[in-house]
Amino acid sequence: MNILKFITAGSVDDGKSTLIGRLLYDTNSILDDQLEAIQRANRKNDDGTVDLAILTDGLKAEREQGITIDVAYKYFQTEHRKYIIADAPGHIQYTRNMVTGASNSDLIIILVDARKGVIEQTKRHSFIAKLLAMKQVLVCINKMDMVDYSASIFEQIKADYLTLATNLGLKDIDFIPVSALKGDNIVHKSERMSWYAGESLLDYLENVEIHEQEAASWRFPVQWVVRPQTDDLHDYRGYAGRVLGEGLTVGDQVIVYPAETYSTIQAIELNGQQLQRAENGQSVIVHLSDDVDISRGDTITSVEHPPKFERNIQANLCWFDNKPLDTTQVYLVQSHSKLTKVKIVDVLYKFDINTQEKIYHDPIKLNDIGRITLKSAENLVFDLQQENAANSQAIVIDPRTNLTVGALMIQAVD
Amino acid sequence: MDYLDHLEAEAIYILREVAGQFEKPALLFSGGKDSITLVHLAKKAFRPGKFPFPLVHIDTGHNFPETITFRDSLIEDIGEKLIVGYVQDSIDQGKVVEQKGKNASRNALQTVTLLDTISKHGFDACIGGARRDEEKARAKERIFSVRDEFGQWDPKRQRPELWSIFNGKINKGENVRVFPISNWTELDVWNYIKREQIALPSIYFSHEREVITRNGQLMAAASFLNIDAEDNIERKSVRFRTVGDMTCTAAVDSTATELDDIIAEIKASTVSERGARMDDKVSEAAMEERKKQGYF
Repeated sequence: MNILKFITAGSVDDGKSTLIGRLLYDTNSILDDQLEAIQRANRKNDDGTVDLAILTDGLKAEREQGITIDVAYKYFQTEHRKYIIADAPGHIQYTRNMVTGASNSDLIIILVDARKGVIEQTKRHSFIAKLLAMKQVLVCINKMDMVDYSASIFEQIKADYLTLATNLGLKDIDFIPVSALKGDNIVHKSERMSWYAGESLLDYLENVEIHEQEAASWRFPVQWVVRPQTDDLHDYRGYAGRVLGEGLTVGDQVIVYPAETYSTIQAIELNGQQLQRAENGQSVIVHLSDDVDISRGDTITSVEHPPKFERNIQANLCWFDNKPLDTTQVYLVQSHSKLTKVKIVDVLYKFDINTQEKIYHDPIKLNDIGRITLKSAENLVFDLQQENAANSQAIVIDPRTNLTVGALMIQAVD
Repeated sequence: MDYLDHLEAEAIYILREVAGQFEKPALLFSGGKDSITLVHLAKKAFRPGKFPFPLVHIDTGHNFPETITFRDSLIEDIGEKLIVGYVQDSIDQGKVVEQKGKNASRNALQTVTLLDTISKHGFDACIGGARRDEEKARAKERIFSVRDEFGQWDPKRQRPELWSIFNGKINKGENVRVFPISNWTELDVWNYIKREQIALPSIYFSHEREVITRNGQLMAAASFLNIDAEDNIERKSVRFRTVGDMTCTAAVDSTATELDDIIAEIKASTVSERGARMDDKVSEAAMEERKKQGYF
């Protein structure tokens, strides 16, 4: 059994919460006391059925106002997979919440209202999917019940979407016609759309294989140095961290950044057991054959495929703070376990996230996405997003407030 | 990667981030299965070294004796430091007033003792075993969740949390609650306990016990429950699905004596784990309100 993380993108009117509610309800993931709570809240759809959307509303203000304020994570599982759903709201702080949810997901479900087709909002969701380098896109064309389950409407929207996807450079896209409200093609194949030969949404989620980006090589950011300093383990010095990418193997020749010293992987430990080779995502302890000075924030990488090691960088930046980006101030950038001071030197342009057009000479404000150049106080260890997305990401922290004010995705060396 | 391996690797990563980012962290230990799982994960994160934090237990004085016995033997076994904050001390110091009446509980009073213990020791990060599947307000909480200088959680002012990069920077007086098993469900915890053969207090398994029925829930018959002539004491085979203190944790009818039985029972269950928590039943937003005050 493995884990699939996905995010659903859509506005209040697209039936996004209903879709999630339906998935949970029809997979028997909602228990009696939770259902009772929904019934107590007494929110009904027009046809008298229980409003499943309320399942994702966690906070008092959300229930009172019937809106979703913040990203909520929901869980369900089948015999085959454990699912983690990031539910991001459709209106308030939209970009911020969707970027956050998408950053923690492998797959994005983009909801399109069958009555409206591909609209500005669909373009916005798809643009963010591209920006975050989502590994898989699923377009659910919802509210098919409102268009008489028409095959031609589905095909037309699919064709329109594929045009949009080509323009954006989005790949790996699938389509399912559904009615979240009526349950068509959610868990079971709908008899009302016999023209549709594909899988139901749940079958799709059960079977979809997420293609990992072909990463250049493994990276090992050091989080913590394990040094027992006891009599019998006097010389023990292990570097603890989580492996990014495949291939970390005992005997590998390595470079340690930022010192740029060379060594060899002597041993890999996982829970006290010795490993020959570590997998992507494992939290392990690594030992080197030489006595080199390594501390938290350093990165160990293979000699054969070194990362970029530079101070002047070009990146896409999403801005989350009420205070606009200030190019005269110093910010902190955190990538993995490393904190570095930076200056955002220049805003090259920002994107109109509805039309994807470039806007010049305009400051980056809350919920804006732009292309910037930055200069860091010391060299950063990274890869470019198109080559190894997992090692191209960082957050921006405002040292005056300590808030997370931005997300960076590195595109180029400047 | 198998899902339990994935969850384990993520939790270990988070624990190491706490160690790396904070000056004075602590692990909040309740004696329940979730915090026992955290201790197991901490061993995987830091052994053969010592834990870079002590364990902290907030003792309401209304504990199941089995939990305290278990706690003490666990501490001896792992050789780590335990700090206990007593709700009785907060009562004696006049910082909190004991509730009156038949259903009086010290559950809400714990928050004051917890915040006092945090400030007395100057903890800047407190690791807890809360999970997002437990309760709808928790589903909204970050893995690194900032508390203001009054210990309060403001759900509307949470930092966005991207990828697996955790921003632990705080202002003076603030501290962070960290939840390494946020993404685990109740069933995941039990499957992990089984896989790793983690020992638990005996009250998680079916046993015979004197119980009374209060507000439709089975409560262990203890003197703190203000038992009177109206209460009918019965002997039943029960177990506890969550372990808080005796006044707020209800038992379930169960014959599950092995982990496999418990897992089967949870899979077949039609009520959630928090369904046995009186403290959540106060109102729709009971957990949210307590969290805002600084609760676990």
